[in-house]
Parts: sequence; C-alpha cells; structure tokens
Amino acid sequence: MDLYFIVTQLISGFTMATLLFLIASGLTLIFGVGNIFNFAHGSFYMIGAYFGYQLVSVWKVNFWIALVAAGTGAGLVGAAAEFLFLRRIYGRAQEGGFQILLTYGLILIFDDLVKLIWGTEYKSISKPSGFTGALQLGDIFIPTYNFAIIVIGLVVVVAAWWILAKTRPGRIARASAVDREMLGSLGVNVPLVLTVVFGLATALGGMAGALAAPLRSVTPGAGIEVIIDSLIVVVLGGMSNFWGAWLGAVLLGEVNAFAVAYLPAWSTLFSYLVMVVTLIFRPEGLFAPTRLRKV
Amino acid sequence: MASSSKYKFGLLWSVGFVAFALVPVLMTSRYQMNLASHILIWGLFAVAFNMLWGVTGMLSFGQALYFGIGAYSIGLFVNHAGKAWYLPAIPIGLVAAAMLSFLLGLLVIRVSGVYFTMLTLAFAQLAWQVTFKWYDFTGGDDGIQGIIAPGILANKMVYYYFVLVVVFISVWFLKRLAYSPFGLILRCVQQNPNRVRFIGRSVKMNQLRIYVISSVFAALAGSLMVGVDNSIHTDMLFWTTSGEVILMSVLGGINQFFGPFVGAVILILLEDIIGAKTEFWPIFLGTIVLIFVILFPKGVVGEIQHLRHRLKIAGESGGRHETHASA
Amino acid sequence: MKPMLRLEGLRKSFGGLRVTDEVSFEIQPQEIAAIIGPNGAGKTTLFNQITGYLAPDGGHVFLEGQEIAGLTPQKIVKMGVGRAFQIASIFPDETALDNVRAACMSKLNQTRHLWRPVERFNRATEQAFAVLASLGLERQADRMAYELAHGDQKLLDIGIALVLEPKLLLLDEPTAGMSPEERQLTRQLIKQLWAQYKLTLIFIEHDMDMVFGIAERIMVLNHGALIADGTPGEIRNNKEVITAYLGEEA
Repeated sequence: MDLYFIVTQLISGFTMATLLFLIASGLTLIFGVGNIFNFAHGSFYMIGAYFGYQLVSVWKVNFWIALVAAGTGAGLVGAAAEFLFLRRIYGRAQEGGFQILLTYGLILIFDDLVKLIWGTEYKSISKPSGFTGALQLGDIFIPTYNFAIIVIGLVVVVAAWWILAKTRPGRIARASAVDREMLGSLGVNVPLVLTVVFGLATALGGMAGALAAPLRSVTPGAGIEVIIDSLIVVVLGGMSNFWGAWLGAVLLGEVNAFAVAYLPAWSTLFSYLVMVVTLIFRPEGLFAPTRLRKV
Repeated sequence: MASSSKYKFGLLWSVGFVAFALVPVLMTSRYQMNLASHILIWGLFAVAFNMLWGVTGMLSFGQALYFGIGAYSIGLFVNHAGKAWYLPAIPIGLVAAAMLSFLLGLLVIRVSGVYFTMLTLAFAQLAWQVTFKWYDFTGGDDGIQGIIAPGILANKMVYYYFVLVVVFISVWFLKRLAYSPFGLILRCVQQNPNRVRFIGRSVKMNQLRIYVISSVFAALAGSLMVGVDNSIHTDMLFWTTSGEVILMSVLGGINQFFGPFVGAVILILLEDIIGAKTEFWPIFLGTIVLIFVILFPKGVVGEIQHLRHRLKIAGESGGRHETHASA
Repeated sequence: MKPMLRLEGLRKSFGGLRVTDEVSFEIQPQEIAAIIGPNGAGKTTLFNQITGYLAPDGGHVFLEGQEIAGLTPQKIVKMGVGRAFQIASIFPDETALDNVRAACMSKLNQTRHLWRPVERFNRATEQAFAVLASLGLERQADRMAYELAHGDQKLLDIGIALVLEPKLLLLDEPTAGMSPEERQLTRQLIKQLWAQYKLTLIFIEHDMDMVFGIAERIMVLNHGALIADGTPGEIRNNKEVITAYLGEEA
C-alpha cells in the first residue's frame, strides 16, 4: 500500500462526499426550515442528471451553463411539486407519514416519466473540455474534474450557509422553522418562503446530479440509492445540522472510497455499518452537540 | 349496540370467507385463483404492516425484509438441503424473522418519525443488496425457480384453501390483538407516548413487541407466496415491496382494521387491469397515491364510514322531524 | 413515620440558567400542599424531576425513604407517584373510559394480554368507571376524549393518574384555562378526592382562591429556589414572598 494509492482514494472519497453533501444539505434545509421530509429528494438528483444529459450530450450546450440550467430546472420542478401537492397536507394529523407517502408517489411518477422520455438505457455525459486531464503534484495525479467538483461544492455550500446565516431572506427562512404563525403575523408570506426553500434545496440536489453525471452513468431509479446515502449522512451528522452533515458526508465518502478499493463487492455494507455503529453509540448523530438528557 | 355490531362483524367475516372459498368453484380460469391467492397473501401482509403504522404510528418502509426472509427461507432450504425441508423451512423462517426483527428492532426504535422510516428502509435495502450480490447462495437476480410444495399442497386448488385458512386465522388473531389491552396500549403509544410512560408502561418495549409480531406475520405472508408462484425473486426484498403494503393501507384506510385488506383487493385488481394495458403502471400508481393522500386520506373504508356516519346524523335529524309531524 | 416525599438539595440547570436551586423539603403522608411562584420559577421543572421526566444534576429525591432520583418515569409511577399535566395529557382518539381503563390495566399488569377484548376485563372496567364517576364524568364514558370540553379533559387527565392509585399525586395547574364556575367545582372536587382516596397531594396553581382555600401548606419558588414554606397564614404575611411574588404582580 503506497501513498499514491491512499491519496487517490482520499480524493475519490472527498469527491463523493462533496456530491453527497450537496444532496444531503438540501434534505436538511427542507427538513430544518419546513419540517418536511422529502423522500423524493433523490429523484431531483436524478432529474438534474437527465437535464444535464439532455443539455450537454443532446443539445451540445456548454457544460457549465448546462450545470446551472439543470440545477435551476430541477429546482423549478421541486418548487412546482411543493406548490401543487405538498402544501395541501401541511398541518394534518400524522403529517410525517403522509409527507413520506406523497413524496413516494412523486418518486414513482418521476422514475417512470424519466423512462418514458429518455428510455431505460444508461446515459452518460463527457467531462467538460479542459477538465479531462489530471493535476500532477509530485507522484500524485488528481483528476481535474474531481478537483472542480470539490471546489464547486465548497463554494455552493459556503454560499448557501452565508445566505441562511447572514442575509435577511435567510433569517426569514430560519425563523419560519421556529414559529410560522408569528412570522405570518409579521406580514411575511410563509407559504412562499417554503416554496422558495423547497425550490432551492431541490436545485442543490439537481445540480449534484448534473455534476455527478460525468463520473457515474445516468440511470432511472438512481433516486432511491441517493436518498438512502444522504439519509446515512444526515444520521451521522445529526438532522438540521449543516456542518455536521458535511462531516458526515466526508466520513461516508471516505469509508466508501476505501471499501470500494479493498472489498468492491461488499462496499455498500460499510456505509450501513458506520450508520449502525453511530446509532448504537450516538443516536443523536456523531457530530451533533449533545442534547439535554430526556428520559 | 355492541352486540349488533358484533353480529354485523361476524356476518362480514363469514361473507368474506365464503366469497374467497367460492373462487375456485366459480372461476373461469386458473389465473383468477392465482389472483385471489395474491390478494389473500398481500391482504395479510398489509394488515400486519398496519399494526405498525395505523395502530402504533410506526411507519416502517422495510417490511419487505421480513416478507423476503419468509420466502427465501423456503427457497434456500429446498435449494441447498433438499425438498423435504419445504415445510420445516416455514417455521424456521418465522423464527429467523422473529430473531432478526428483535435485534434490528432494538436499533430502529432508538429513533422515531422520519428516522425510523428511513432506517427500516436502509436495512431492508441492505438485505436486498446482499441477496442480489450473493449469487452462489441466493441465485442473485435470477432468484430461485421451480420450488414445488410437498405432497397434496402441490395441487394448486389444495394450496389455495391452505392459504385461505392460514390467512383467515392470522387475520383473526391480529383482529383480536387490535382490540385487546395490548392493542389499546399500542394505540395509546401512537396518540400520546409521553402519557404512556406516566401510566407506567415503556413506549419502546411495546413498539419492539409489535415490530416483532408484525414482522413475523410479514414473513408468514412471504412463505405463503412461494407455493403460489413456485419461485422467489430479489424483488420480494426490494423497497417497492415495502411501498406496496403502505399504499394498500392508505388506499383502504389506515384507521380501520380491515382497511389495508380492502386496499390489497383494490390495488391488486387495479394492477391487474391497468398494469396489463400499460408499461407505465407506476405513473398511475403514483397518481393514485397523490389523489388519495391529498383528497381521501382516510382511505376507501374510512371515507365510506365517514359518509355513513354523516348520513346517519342527517337521517336522525330528518327522522325527528317526521315524528314531530306525525305527532 | 417516614415522610412521603423528601427532596434534598435538588439542583438542575439548563445551560447557565439555574432552574432548580438547592431545593429541599419534606411532605408528610396525606398532606395537601401547593407550590406557587411566578412564571418561570421552576415549578413544572421540579415536578419533572420528581417524576423522572428529567434527571436532576444533583441532590436526592426520596419516596418513603427510597431514592427515586434518576429512575425512569415508568418505575416512579409504579412506585406510586401519579401525575396530571398543565395541558391535559390524554389519549384523544380513545373513549374517556378507555383512557382511564388503559391506565388501570397498566396498574393491574394486564397490558400484555393480546387475545381477550378490552371490554371483558371486568375489574379494570369497574375501577375505571368508579374513577370516572368520582370525577363526574360517567356520562361521558363512551365519548371520544377529543370531543370532551376543555375542563372535562383536565379532569380526565386527573382520572388517568387517579386510577393508578398513587400514594403521591402531583397536579400541574389543575384549573388552568377553566372558567370561574369550573374552577370552583374543580376546587371542591380535588379536596373531596384528596379525602376520599387518602392521597398525599401536591399541586402547582396560580389561582389564589384554590391555593389558600384548600392547601394546608404552601411552598413558594422563585428563580428555582424555595423562598418560603409554611401554612397559608404564614405565607400571607411573609415579606419575602410579598416582595418577590405578590409584589411583582401588584
């Protein structure tokens, strides 16, 4: 086992972690602000990937423009889904279960629509020009595209955090997580806030899909795999904990990268193993601040 | 009032049993009996699932795991140890499901709400992947074909009545359970878990008990399915199988004991009619889910009862007017 | 005779805030005591620690000489501590009868029966009816708990606690949200239940008619600390109480 190998795996793990975090942060955002669990969140990843495919491989649009467009497109679909369906069940008894069910219905519809439009074959996107090679650092090669993903991911995430923490719209969004009624009586259009947040979060997921497309092939049904992975991230990091989710994503990404290298057939087992261990010893999440003890 | 509803219930029960018992007599093709077996087995699976969700408030998205264990227990024993193991493999599968659900239950009940749902999903998907990838042992994506039940059970008609009896006894048991003190505590756990602690009962312990019970019946349903299709497949463990019982429950109504069973009847018949005509059945299914979740969250049975209740109130006030008029 | 309840130097903080500050007192069997104090004085938090909902940071809670601090609510309930809540804690989609019957079956260790229907458990049914009757709720027995009037829901909450036959009953603002007429009835009812069931009773209350009308003893909390403890007469004339509590309101 040499250094070259280790660094390569570390970078591969970090790339995956960045993608996972883009998705998981959207999931956390919707959950934190709207108290909505979007089971279909992975489907927006898939939609973003297909939009990217359509734009780049079929219409030959510039990759970077396509990336933004695919994210925006997925976000618009997300906002529409919230506006048309989800907001009709807010505040109902057993709302959590019905949210999962409704978004499950959306998974079924999106998965099939994708098959209807693009067929069942695997699709792929080529890496953007100028990002097909590798950076050389001594003996170590870092694929430029992986490097780009990591940078873009960090920029997007820091920007999202900055908007949430420092700007007025961000503060309004966070306040609606705490007291919607109060905010409504202050003249804020709370339903609009939720729709916008839902749109932004699904746009993050869609963008992750388009970003990942040159590395993984685009397939229908990718949504469910992705949602489980991002849920593991969220369990590791602690729900509604932005930076905890980031650490969770890094941990899961690295575990996965090394498991793929050593035990390719059983690599997925390790993700679950990490989650099980976490649940046994720290059910509130590895990186969550310790809660008050409640018996 | 109690005795009349009991009488009505007994009537419903007998009518249901007779209707299913008459299927092999009245059928015009073997296929209809096959469809009826599917309805019975999925009905049991859905009713057992709803003990978790509708009754206790635990939305598991991973009951396919136990359904799969019931089926794979038979398939694997027959494949690796011989045909004589078919029947013994059923109780072995049930015990395996009980043990696994106990161990996993200890983990999954540590969290609640969405976490519980997603964890159960994750474990079931894990089991699905293992089954999918361990080709030498499980047959992987090919599954295992040609599993024939032993003795007279190999006869399709006999096997149908076997399924009918097992399903009715199981559903009867679950019905008794739902209205027993244990069932009452389970409903209390859903409605106000905190108060349950303050009447001296453990929320987690009761959740664990029903998780194990529900999972054992899911495994029983899975093992019954083997003799109907004579094969097993990794799809039995796939997340869509867990999704199916959830849909059945919503369609029929999660707050009525028989809701999920009625939901199974509706869904399987719909799938048979629409699914045969289109490749894109999931779009219909997804649309049905959206319609029911948004417009009819009480499900078919729940909405009918709601309607009857309102008609009764309207009828009573109307009746009062009549008596006034005649007096 | 051992005291029914004894607190010794009980402490609890949330973050930097002391919500229970070295609280010590004893309650004798069949005493009826009130805990008063301004909002945020730590009254409910004190109940939460006695009943096991929160673990204290330090100090002791003894029930008839036995340490109960840090035990789970289930264990503490089984040892004989009943509790009703500030916001009625009931099972909304069950009948009033089943609300009380569920608690009664818990006490009789019948909740593991999974075959015989609930109605056929005669002893639990009779006891549940008796409790409903003593609260004046027998005519509401078959109604769903969510349909009951607010005041009746509060009483049902007390009924759930009462059917457990507690030695020590803790009531958190039993008359909160009630009309003046309901308050008066509830006041009489609680005094009557206290005598009938030979209870040791501690209640938190803001309604001063209730506090000075039925409590034999009054304890005053302010900022988590016990600042006074005495008979209604003593409390009425306690300067510290007047400045810290009554003074604030005046």
